[in-house]
Formats: sequence, structure tokens, C-alpha cells
Amino acid sequence: METNNSGVEPEPTEDGAPEAAPALKNGRLVSREDRRTVGIPTVDNPRMRTEHVDVYYNYGEKHAIKDVTLDLARNEVLAMIGPSGCGKSTYLRCLNRMNDTIDGCQVSGKITLDGEDIYAPRVDVSPLRAQIGMVFQKPNPFPKSIWENVAYGPRIHGLATNRSEQDEVVETSLKRAGLWEEVKDHLQDPGTGLSGGQQQRLCIARTIAVSPEVILMDEPCSALDPISTAVIEDLINELKEHYSIAIVTHSMQQASRVSQRTAYFHLGDLIEVGPTEQVFTTPLHQLTEDYITGRFG
Amino acid sequence: MNKPGQAANGGQRPIDIVKGGMVRRHRAERRFKIYGLSAIVLSLAFLSFLLISIVSQGYSAFQQTYIKLEINFDQNVLSGNLATANYQALVKKALYKLFPDVKGRGDKRHLAKLVSPGASFDLRKMVLADRHIIGTTREVWLPANDDVDMAVKGHYRRDVAESERRLTDKQLAWIDVLEHRQRLEKRFNVTFFTAGDSREPEQAGILGAAMGSFYTLIVTLVLSFPIGVAAAIYLEEFAPTNKWTDLIEVNINNLAAVPSIVFGLLGLAVFLNFFGLPRSAPLVGGLVLTLMTLPTIIIASRAALKSVPPSIREAALGIGSSKMQMVLNHVLPLAMPGMLTGTIIGMAQALGETAPLLMIGMVAFIVDIPAGFTDPATVLPVQIYLWADSPERAFVERTSAAIMVLLAFLIAMNLVAILLRKRFERRW
Ligand SMILES: Nc1ncnc2c1ncn2[C@@H]1O[C@H](COP(=O)(O)OP(=O)(O)O)[C@@H](O)[C@H]1O
Ligand SMILES: [Mg+2]
Repeated sequence: METNNSGVEPEPTEDGAPEAAPALKNGRLVSREDRRTVGIPTVDNPRMRTEHVDVYYNYGEKHAIKDVTLDLARNEVLAMIGPSGCGKSTYLRCLNRMNDTIDGCQVSGKITLDGEDIYAPRVDVSPLRAQIGMVFQKPNPFPKSIWENVAYGPRIHGLATNRSEQDEVVETSLKRAGLWEEVKDHLQDPGTGLSGGQQQRLCIARTIAVSPEVILMDEPCSALDPISTAVIEDLINELKEHYSIAIVTHSMQQASRVSQRTAYFHLGDLIEVGPTEQVFTTPLHQLTEDYITGRFG
Repeated sequence: MNKPGQAANGGQRPIDIVKGGMVRRHRAERRFKIYGLSAIVLSLAFLSFLLISIVSQGYSAFQQTYIKLEINFDQNVLSGNLATANYQALVKKALYKLFPDVKGRGDKRHLAKLVSPGASFDLRKMVLADRHIIGTTREVWLPANDDVDMAVKGHYRRDVAESERRLTDKQLAWIDVLEHRQRLEKRFNVTFFTAGDSREPEQAGILGAAMGSFYTLIVTLVLSFPIGVAAAIYLEEFAPTNKWTDLIEVNINNLAAVPSIVFGLLGLAVFLNFFGLPRSAPLVGGLVLTLMTLPTIIIASRAALKSVPPSIREAALGIGSSKMQMVLNHVLPLAMPGMLTGTIIGMAQALGETAPLLMIGMVAFIVDIPAGFTDPATVLPVQIYLWADSPERAFVERTSAAIMVLLAFLIAMNLVAILLRKRFERRW
């Protein structure tokens, strides 16, 4: 693992004060060639912490994530932006070990949830994925009834064992996902018969039905119309009261609407992290500025 | 670069070039349509030719000529053991009474031959069912001999020399008399559907072979479906991808192409000679056909599993289901229609399979209807093969009729497949 970030990457220190990035010293942007992370990737008391994570595909052939260190705070929405293929999804899928399901995918480094290493040998991925829920880019409800879509998770995890408990969890989850009013009269209809936006909210309801602590969202609105997108953005703003959310998005507007912090990825490197407003108004890295001003990506 | 719609180099607008090409494109489309249509028409023509020839040859086997005789259930003949009494004598007596002027041993023997030897079984059955008929005279319809049947159905030419005919001039004359007196009648051939095989065509039936096929297919289904599906699930969902699983995959694909008689040889060597299982038994037939059907089912099931969208798997895993739960609750229900189709195709192949069963002795001449998995039995296609090999003219139409029964079974199986798919295939 190459470690070219010794001088610049802010090491998490006791008081949380990182080393100053070079850009702040001379008032100029960090040059495109410098691929070290700019900004403060760590927070105090994080929900999830990623330290020096590298991801390879095809048994080491493709280096998809390069030495990324990034924290996810409690009750925050962290947005991940960057051009296509820069590794946003790959990074996100490390956080709930979905990359385990890909043959030839190797993850190294340390990822913790509330201080516990989620890649420790003893960790069982099923409860982990109940704790760290995921919403996918394309709405993917089960080809079963709306009710069954939501009740399935709580049932297999033993959170709702009888019909009335399941009814309850279905209702509360659908209400939280803002879908209850639209579907309450036909819960036995197929989930795949809903509109795209409704399907994605159903998937969110399915995710929160198992009471996760973290929700990962991979471009949840990329397949949706603006109205459905607005509904889901409102939903994210509400959900952040209870959950930590990491969201990948292609839309910088969306990132600025829903997130508190933003991380910019480029070709597998985490280039810049910072408060969303700062990243979009006064980026510190030349690559970030290129991206947000539309020079590429 | 040209601006849209503006003249290109040749003075032609791009859209004109596009439109100019349309004629060729339409022609290509029409040509392709004609190819497709003619392929369909040709295959339909072959199919209907096949069906028409089978049905036109076979439909007459569903009828059998019967002769009406006044049988006197003579107390003298029917004394002693009723099971072994000489019922043939009753038939002969009735015939002689019908034609009193037939004298001479030779003529009498020819006359008696008009009625099937199976008639005595019918009479015995009547007597055993109701002993009160002993001593009375009854009008009974008895099956005619197969040659009479063929003559009545017009399958024999009468304009050839007597020595080249199966029936003598006198026999033909008697048939005409019987027909004139309305004592000959073609009736529905119940025997064909209720009897086992026989050397006498009019006594031969399809039930023995059908039951043999039934038991054989039950064994095949019960073994090959669970084993095939389990193997497919393991290989597709759980097995690591390495050179061993690659090797297994290649071998399964090769097994599907192995000539079926090889499986028969294997069954002979392993099940009969090594394990000492009974010959000609549906159990062994089922085992052999299981070997033959497994690759088909495994390949179809794996294809069905592969076609389940990855997003469903991700959804299941993402919510924290274990791999087992993902497969059983989400993947399997979606793959089930494809698996069932593969299974039914495999079963249909097994139903029509002859060669491997010859090797394990299911080609034997078996009169009794099998009542279990270890009784000697034959199967429908082997029965067809046996009958097609028989010299009697009456077996020709029975062969075609048996083919019709086999086809009916195949169509029924396909219907079941479609219904099962409809049931499982809740596309939402
Ligand atoms: N399953 C995979 N196998 C091999 N390479 C992959 C796989 N998934 C993604 N990649 C590669 O990893 C890089 C990052 O992909 P991804 O994380 O999907 O990007 P993003 O989500 O930012 O568009 C891309 O170059 C992509 O081609
Ligand atoms: Mg992506």
C-alpha cells in the first residue's frame, strides 16, 4: 500500500485539530498532480470510521479505491461526489461489506462501526447489513407484495415475529418513508407495480424496517423524476434525525440540499472532504474545482 | 461538417440518402419475413403430415369387430372347476349352430377361428361374475379374430388368390353372412386400453406399457428433480469458481450429449450386475433415465437461476438475509418456472426413450400389468417398437394407436408444464 500522504493528510489527533492543508498556507489551490486528501476527513466520535482502505477488483488487477480515510459522523448526511467510475459505489459497498459478494474483490484497511472492526473474522455479515442498511441506485423491490417487501427484513431478523407486529412495523416504516398514504389501501399489490419514485421509497421503507443505524444510498434518485427526487430529499432530511446517512450522488445540487459534509472522489482517490458549503463555494483542490465548475465529470 | 438538413457534398441532403436506402431496407425485411414464414409453413407441413399419417393409420384400432353369438352356458361343460372349464367349446357350439351345414374337421376349425381365442376369457369372466347364468342361453358379443377384424375394416384385399390370403374363401363367405345377419359390429375397443400385451392383436392392450411408463417416470421424477435442482443451486449459488467447478460444469454439459444407450449399458453394469436389482423393472428403468435426465435438468435449472436479476440478490443480501435465505426466499421462486420447464422437457425425453431401457431388459414380452416398481414391465415407446416389429396386420394400426397414446401423454405433460408455470410465474 502506497502511503504518499504522510505530510498532508490530517492525522486524527486527540483534539481533532488536523494539520493545515497546504492550500490554506499560500492561498492557492492544490495542484492536480497532488492526490493527497485535502480537508478534514475525520470527526469526533464518528459512527463509522474508514482508515487507509484500499479496494482491488479482479484479484488485484484493478485498484479501485486508494488509501481512503473518511469518517461518517452521527446524524449527519455525508455526500460523495465525483465523476463516473471514480469508486464512489465501491467505497459505499465497503461499508456494509456488499463487496464480499463480488468474486475477486479484495478490501484492505480498517473500517469500524462504533469502534468495532466490521471486517474482523468473527463478524457475521447478516446482522451487520441489518445495522447498516443500503438503498440501491435502481429501485429493486422484491417481486412480492408491498407488505411482504417491508415485513420480510424484520421477520428474518426476528424483530417482528407475529402478524400484528409485522403489520405495525410495515405501517411505521411506510409512514417514515412517506409512502403510507399512497399504498395503505393496497398493501397486497405487487411492489414492482408502483412508480419508480414509489418503488424507491418502498426500498427505503424496507431498509429502515430493520432499524438500521446507518443508511447507505447509492445514487437513490438517479432513476427518478424531479418530483419523486424532491420527496426523497425531504425524506433524507427527516431520516438524518435518527440515522447516519452516506449518499452517493451525481447531482451537486442534491448534495448541497441534503448533506452537511461532502467528499470528492477522483480515480479512486479521496481528493477533498469538507463542509458541503465550503466544498462547493471555495474548494481547496484544483480537481474539485474542475469538477464543480463543470470542467469535467 | 454539414449543418443538419443542409446539402451534403454530393448536393444531396442526408435525409435523402437515408430515404434512398429505405427501399433496400424494406426489401431485406420482406425477404426475411418470407424466409421465416416458409420455415414455419414447412415445419407445420411436416408435422401435419406426420400426424395425419399416424391418425389415419391408427384411429381404426380404437374399434374392434365383435360377433354376436347365442351362447348356451351348458351345465355339462361348466361343471367342475369354473376357472379352467372349456369355454372354447361353448363358442364353437354356438358357431356350429349358426352354420349347421358346415361339416368336416377342417372347415369346422376354420369356422371356429373367426372368433378370438380371447372370447373364452370373456365368457369365463361372465360366469365367474354371475353363476346364475349357467344353464341359460344368452346373446353375447364376442371379439372377432384379428383377421376378421382386418377384413371387416377393409384392410385385406379380396381379389388375390386364396393361397395369398390370411382368410379362406369360405371364411370370407361366413363373414359376409354374419355381416348380412347383422351379427358383426365394430365397437369401441375397450381391450386396447385395459389389457397388457398379447400375441393376439385383438387381445393386446396398451395399459401394461402405460403403467410401466408411469412407474418409470415416477422414479425418474422423484430422483432427478430434487437432485438436479439441488445440484444446480449448489453449483450456481454456493460453489466457489475454480478449476474443479469448471471441470464439473464441462462434464455435465458433456453428459447431456452422451448417447442414451450408454446410460443403458451403465445401468446394466451397475444396477443389474453389481447391485443385483431386478431386470425389466421400472425401478431400474427410472434410475437409468434419471442419469440421462439429470444433465438436462441441471443445465436448465442453472440457466433459470442465472436469469434471476442480480438486483434481487443485492436487495436480499443488502437487507441482511443469509445466502440461504436469499436463495430460498427470492431466487428460487423466480427460477422455479424455468426449472419446471427444464424438468418437464427432461421428463418428456425420458418418456420417449427406448434405447437405454432395452439394455436393462424392459423389452421383454410382458402380459401382466405391472402393479409396482419392481414388477417386470415395459414402457410405451418399447411397446411401440415391439408392435411395429410384429408381422400381424392388426398390429400396424395398434402401433399407430399406441403412438397416438404416447403423443397424448406428451401433450398432457406439456399442458401440466404450462399450468405449473402459470401458477409459479406471478410476474410482478
Ligand atoms: N465488479 C467489478 N469488477 C471489476 N471492476 C469493477 C467492478 N465494479 C466496479 N469496477 C471498477 O471500479 C471502478 C469504480 O467503480 P464504481 O465504484 O462503480 O464507480 P462509481 O460508482 O463512482 O461510478 C470503475 O473503474 C469500475 O470499472
Ligand atoms: Mg456507482
